Amino acid sequence: MAEAKKPKREKIPRQEMPRQAPEVRRRNFNEVALGYTPELMALEAKRCLQCKKPKCIEGCPVRVDIPAFILKLQEGDLAGAAVALYADNNLPAICGRVCPQETQCEAVCVLGKKGEPVAIGRLERYVADWRISQGTEVPEMAPPSGKRVAVVGSGPAGLTCAADLARYGHQVTIFEALHAPGGVLIYGIPEFRLPKAIVHTEVEYVKSLGVELILNCVIGKTLTIDDLFDDGYEAVFLGTGAGLPMFMNIPGENYNGVYSANEFLTRVNLMKGYLFPEWDTPVRIGRRVAVVGGGNVAMDAARCSMRLGADEVIIVYRRSRVEMPARAEEVENAEEEGVVFNLLTNPVEIYGDDNGWVRGMKCIRMELGEPDASGRRRPIPIEGSEFDMDVDTVIMALGTRPNPMVFTDAGGLERTRWGTVVADETTGRTTRERVWAGGDIVTGAATVISAMGAGKRAAADIDRYLRGEITTWMPAEEAQKA
Amino acid sequence: MYEILAKEELGTVNKLMVIDAPLVARKAQAGQFVILRVVEEGERIPLTIADFDREKGTITIVFQEVGKSTMHLGLLQVGDELASFTGPLGRPTEIENYGTVVCVGGGVGIAPIYPIARALKEAGNEVISIIGARTKDLLFWEDKVRAVSDELIVCTDDGSYARKALVTEPLKELCEARKDIACVWGIGPAIMMKFTSLTTKPFGVKTIVSLNSIMVDGTGMCGACRVEVGGKTRFVCVDGPEFDGHEVDWDLLMARQRIYLTEEKRAFDEFKLKCECDSGL
Repeated sequence: MAEAKKPKREKIPRQEMPRQAPEVRRRNFNEVALGYTPELMALEAKRCLQCKKPKCIEGCPVRVDIPAFILKLQEGDLAGAAVALYADNNLPAICGRVCPQETQCEAVCVLGKKGEPVAIGRLERYVADWRISQGTEVPEMAPPSGKRVAVVGSGPAGLTCAADLARYGHQVTIFEALHAPGGVLIYGIPEFRLPKAIVHTEVEYVKSLGVELILNCVIGKTLTIDDLFDDGYEAVFLGTGAGLPMFMNIPGENYNGVYSANEFLTRVNLMKGYLFPEWDTPVRIGRRVAVVGGGNVAMDAARCSMRLGADEVIIVYRRSRVEMPARAEEVENAEEEGVVFNLLTNPVEIYGDDNGWVRGMKCIRMELGEPDASGRRRPIPIEGSEFDMDVDTVIMALGTRPNPMVFTDAGGLERTRWGTVVADETTGRTTRERVWAGGDIVTGAATVISAMGAGKRAAADIDRYLRGEITTWMPAEEAQKA
Repeated sequence: MYEILAKEELGTVNKLMVIDAPLVARKAQAGQFVILRVVEEGERIPLTIADFDREKGTITIVFQEVGKSTMHLGLLQVGDELASFTGPLGRPTEIENYGTVVCVGGGVGIAPIYPIARALKEAGNEVISIIGARTKDLLFWEDKVRAVSDELIVCTDDGSYARKALVTEPLKELCEARKDIACVWGIGPAIMMKFTSLTTKPFGVKTIVSLNSIMVDGTGMCGACRVEVGGKTRFVCVDGPEFDGHEVDWDLLMARQRIYLTEEKRAFDEFKLKCECDSGL
């Protein structure tokens, strides 16, 4: 190694991650971001200042010791970096790909004050991918406690909670309603953003910790929460997410060619509709597709539509660009791939033809008024600005709510008027004793990493409970205040 | 997991399978459905439960080979396993002692009407059943349905067996002759359920139908199965599958059932071709 050739740390710019070229990737489902090379990784790792009081850890919902793993990278110790990273995060290959780092760890990085922050997400992905390539090994485990815990849902919250509980020595069973584990990681996030092989590897890792996985078991239908306690589980964690689609309740929404983003993405991702007819589930995409919404799900749906061969894909969003909740990188990716943004626009009616198929959509222009409860400026329709949009497919990506199915015969579980379950933020305890909850089922649709954080906190609290360190369950009123 | 314990041909078109699924059988009730996948690459197929045995831990399904997936399912043999089998899904039939009820099963709909008739009979109702099909070969379970009915009327569209009539004809006669019919259940193809509902409507007899819309997950996640009932959008998988037939927007249901007609035909044709090649024809 020629030491003299290495540039000074302060001169190194933030390293871009190689990606598939837009004109190529817009027609395939392979991963867009290709990951750092060893050289790029080394340069980027070198940029970290190793702050005495690192802000980045505070910015991370699962409080990964970021400087610790980057220090190992600076020292050229990949194995050490992996140990440091996995100590706090059970699913880093996923987080490195789908976390909104720009609003979390990277948002508070000191380097970001004058220039660009360390590309923490890209480094995290590098370490995780390296470790997967080496074959994962089982970390240190506590001795078996003999206690059984049921985890409902195998998405980010459930997987994280299960992995931590297993490491604490408990016997964990995950119950998954679908035929494949991963929750939103499998049915929601597309292959080109999060390869399913990665999810599979991370699930296998969780199973390697001794976690049992029962698929095709719908809690609330096949079994109820009461059944789980009757079957001998001493604690139950609910991580069933927010899987219920929302529609706009405008005329024409049930015409053929109108999808919920959930249906569209489930067909494409879980059912591999893009491989039809080799895989049996079809997905029908038209010539001109409107995707209504401005979040990550909207970007995913738009980019899938492009890849399925649509001539034109239009994002229809009622606010402006700055209010879009999607991850900045995904908005850029979508734009590069040719997705058109029709902002400050809201659908008011969908037109159908004689056979019941979508033939167009009536929209209205919006302007921004005063900030609303969410802190974002409220969109207000501009009177008389209606216009028709020539589309034959409409995908509604308007957010999701928790699925109430899990609450069937589940007495004592209080819910809010938004359908989310009432749970303490720091412990995940619900209003029913021995039932914890975390992730989107508590917060409503949020991020993978915040769900993982909640799963982690609940696992710690469940562990304290099973060890007899918790003697009184928080009363319902307190939980509601929380 | 999900082993096929028994297989039976019901005529030349319909097939019956008994599936080993103890968890599903433990909770199954009349009117509910399951979702199964034949192979890893398979689609999720919703099928209404035809029978269940809680002691043996089995679920009976009856299906007609109408496309690639059902044809593929029909090729499986006793001892084979399904890729997945989920349930029981949907709301069960609301079973009470209503008095006199009529259960109408058309074609493959004879299968799901059977456990409903049985449950209604067990609840103390006078059960009059009507089963019918296009032709004799499509009829099945006459004896089974008769065993749980106080009266059974059998008909075929072409008169090849029993009475030559559509199921709506004896239903209309019953409505005219008996003023004490409290409720009618009708299960079969959408068109048959539509006309069953139209038949009873002038008599003001409550009519429950079991809708067979396109589904993916079957747990309320996707909304593929949405229908309009009484002017409101409902999900068949979680709000149904049973609804008031007089309130259902039948044209919408039937339009939505045709969404993937082109793709379904393509998959079916390619699969039939592949089967012929594999069998060396």
